[in-house]
Amino acid sequence: MTETGIGAPVRRKEDQRFVTGQGRYVDDFNRPGQAHAYFLRSPHAHAAIRSIDTGPATIMPGVIAVFTGDDLAADKIGGLICGWMIHSKDGSPMKAGPHPALAQGKVRYVGDHVAVVIAETLAQAKDAAEAIVVDYDVLPAVVETAQATKTPVQVHEVSADNTVFNWHLGNKDETEAAFARAKHVTKIDLVNNRLVPNPIEPRAAVGEYDFGTDNYTLYTTSQNPHVARLVLSAFIGVAPEHKLRVIAPDVGGGFGSKIFIYAEETVCVWAAKKVKRPVKWTSDRSEAFLSDAHGRDHVTHAEMATDENGKIIGLRVHTTANLGAYLSTFSSSVPTYLYAPLLSGQYDIPAIYCEVDGVYTNTAPVDAYRGAGRPEATFVVERLVEKTARELGQNPAEFRRKNYITQFPHATPVIMTYDTGDYAASLDKALEISDYKNFDSRKQESARRGKLRGIGFSSYIEACGIAPSQAVGSLGAGVGLWESAEVRVNPTGSVEVLTGSHSHGQGHETTFAQLVSDRLGISIDQVSIVHGDTDKVQFGMGTYGSRSGAVGMSAIAKAVDKVIAKGKKVAAHVFEASEGDIEFKDGRFGVAGTDRSMAFGEIALQAYIAHKFSGQDLEPGLKEGAFYDPTNFTFPAGVHICEVEIDPDTGVTKIERWTAVDDFGVIINPMIVEGQVHGGIAQGVGQALLEGAVYDQSGQLITASFNDYCMPRAIDLPSFQVGMTTTPCPSNPLGIKGCGEAGAIAAPPAVINAITDALGHEDIAMPATPQAVWRAAQKARMPMAAE
Amino acid sequence: MTTVSLTVNGQSVTADVDPRTLLVQFLRDNLRLTGTHVGCDTSQCGACVVHLNGQAVKSCTTLAVQANASVITTIEGISQGGELHPMQAAFREHHGLQCGYCTPGMIMSAIDIVNRKGNTLDEQTIRAELEGNLCRCTGYHNIVKAVAAGAQGMAQTPLQQAAE
Repeated sequence: MTETGIGAPVRRKEDQRFVTGQGRYVDDFNRPGQAHAYFLRSPHAHAAIRSIDTGPATIMPGVIAVFTGDDLAADKIGGLICGWMIHSKDGSPMKAGPHPALAQGKVRYVGDHVAVVIAETLAQAKDAAEAIVVDYDVLPAVVETAQATKTPVQVHEVSADNTVFNWHLGNKDETEAAFARAKHVTKIDLVNNRLVPNPIEPRAAVGEYDFGTDNYTLYTTSQNPHVARLVLSAFIGVAPEHKLRVIAPDVGGGFGSKIFIYAEETVCVWAAKKVKRPVKWTSDRSEAFLSDAHGRDHVTHAEMATDENGKIIGLRVHTTANLGAYLSTFSSSVPTYLYAPLLSGQYDIPAIYCEVDGVYTNTAPVDAYRGAGRPEATFVVERLVEKTARELGQNPAEFRRKNYITQFPHATPVIMTYDTGDYAASLDKALEISDYKNFDSRKQESARRGKLRGIGFSSYIEACGIAPSQAVGSLGAGVGLWESAEVRVNPTGSVEVLTGSHSHGQGHETTFAQLVSDRLGISIDQVSIVHGDTDKVQFGMGTYGSRSGAVGMSAIAKAVDKVIAKGKKVAAHVFEASEGDIEFKDGRFGVAGTDRSMAFGEIALQAYIAHKFSGQDLEPGLKEGAFYDPTNFTFPAGVHICEVEIDPDTGVTKIERWTAVDDFGVIINPMIVEGQVHGGIAQGVGQALLEGAVYDQSGQLITASFNDYCMPRAIDLPSFQVGMTTTPCPSNPLGIKGCGEAGAIAAPPAVINAITDALGHEDIAMPATPQAVWRAAQKARMPMAAE
Repeated sequence: MTTVSLTVNGQSVTADVDPRTLLVQFLRDNLRLTGTHVGCDTSQCGACVVHLNGQAVKSCTTLAVQANASVITTIEGISQGGELHPMQAAFREHHGLQCGYCTPGMIMSAIDIVNRKGNTLDEQTIRAELEGNLCRCTGYHNIVKAVAAGAQGMAQTPLQQAAE
């Protein structure tokens, strides 16, 4: 391994600009003549719009235009789309209600877009929005997930009982049979709390239209600018695809929430042509809370069957998934194909059956948030496994070990085929790092101080490296999920890599350069990574689902291989040797068995000056592209162990130790991978202990600011002990599995298993706030008194 | 409009501003110093932290007129002669950032912590003192390491610290 090659903890190339304040985020872009957009949002969760009078606003100072849904409809601008078709058990397609970018006749959640004011300054636009008169007929709202289908309130005309789909996966009959012969059945009811993604950079958009060329440009906070362009052109119809340039520059975190195509960027592009000015919108945090797609929000009943030997023989799950007021871009896939296929966890479970009811409510749309379906599945499996072990009186680590899958490939009953893994190796390492054998003495020491200590396991698995296009197409995806790359070699031997992946914190400019530098034998400083601009990168599917390493880098590797192959042809002419005799090694093309060789850069120059071969024999130049479509999902897996100490007098839960042992396959940059693990755990701990989006009965979001929604701060978290095991992924050329979501998937059950271990009972929901834990601790002390 | 005169990163600046202009808007929109970020509207996230007369303030909760006649230092003003400030270097070295959006505020807060608490900072002190800064990417693990190392680095470069 070289200092900058694969496996080296190379310091990030992009950091120079970020630590000096030179990062360029969307809100840092200001276009000549730019106007500012401000969206008037619904103050009601559910209301019919009798009328909108924009007249008073249009005469306010600085106002350029005020638009409503009627203006969009007049220009035949289509609604926002959901790109994954789910079919119900009975074969019927999901019930997708209309999702106009600006409301037409009805608003369906607090924050829904009613009108947009475009003015010279943002302050003027805000002032004018207050002058718009909207006559609402306020309707009752449905807010709670579990109540969605039991109310007369109807969110969309297409669904009488607010059901989007009644979907299922697995084998019902086999599962029922397994439960019929079970020795023991463990039951659990779980709420997976609704979360607000909250990347620290709020969403933003600048739309621009050039009347001379008929070209549109959109600067947007996107994890997948090409997907945004495709949806905005092919489905929403804002601009033709070849006339729309989408630029996603530095993006300040996404966590899924910046995958989706929202109303605001749609309106900014469209309005730029209408007002003949660039139009800029930047979300404030309050708007972000209201209108960024939220995550999770499941209500689940699940049961696990075990036989007389303590082997898991069946799992059945019923989940109600709140999808909010509209179907966001990938919302329907999250509680279905990103959820139920993970319900086998790391365990050999012969029979699984899962039913999922997707429902509408008068709340913000719910879509993918870090992990997306897989944290929800892992929470179900790992809470159930823990509870089963406790009910059977078995050690939770050893109960897991007994049920681990040990033979690969392993086909689960829920359509996944795990390719490789060594779950016991991760467990052993985690037990060692966490000093599990001395946990009892630590628990006793805590008890002496009047504290409750508990330990919780989470043996998680995820399916990422999303995803084989044919497979997801058969499951309802509207797109393929391959990735593209182009490697442009310059005559001087430096290289630009254009990738369809997008970096919004993942460090692609470093890791991708490490790969290329390693393969081509050139300095990492000779490699530039270009991403986030549809005019530069031909196409790409973007970054989510821990796919940029496994899929994005595999595409780069494939393109690099083509560059080397072309380089060999050039070298053969230069050396007047047979192409079959040309070797490429350590950055040099040489003739086998001789000392004749030239550096990569010298051959690159030869490719461009083209003096040594004729155009009939070989094309000049050195530039290759590749599309890579994975053959399977990847299956990162590991064991996280959380050790907590609870003060029963205050309910404060302190995380004393966190052990993470993950198998991500081959790792390009361990420093960056560990950073991803840390961040994922923090979001998972946030879900378990602190975070929860709360709507009141009328549909007002109570937790709509950082004052009310408890984000993890430095003081809330410990330092993490991170270890790795490695089984290389066999389904991609680099052996990478992906690491971006693991922590967020693993953490919530580890925390809750630790808290319930400390309390001695199972009755605690997320977020386990001090108040909730205090109540639960009193119940543990005096079961009758707390009833 | 109101006239404000102040020193920003060593340069004198005078401008007419709407009285409701926030310091962060003045820095970003008037001076195009876009390294200072806005991450919330309730003075919670700390992405906007700058130094006002040597002390950390949230520039989203400070009016530009309040900064009249003061000395402001932003993230763009702490490196000297092309050399990173020790705290900037420490964030880079210890991978104390991912998306980079909270980073300028984190670094400005961290320098302020060192100015107040000295160059030897234990983990608990750093975590408690970072109360006013949110990061969604790193889980703080590497930020804590970076602040500790940056504090040590600042002890070794007194001239740079003095320039602050």
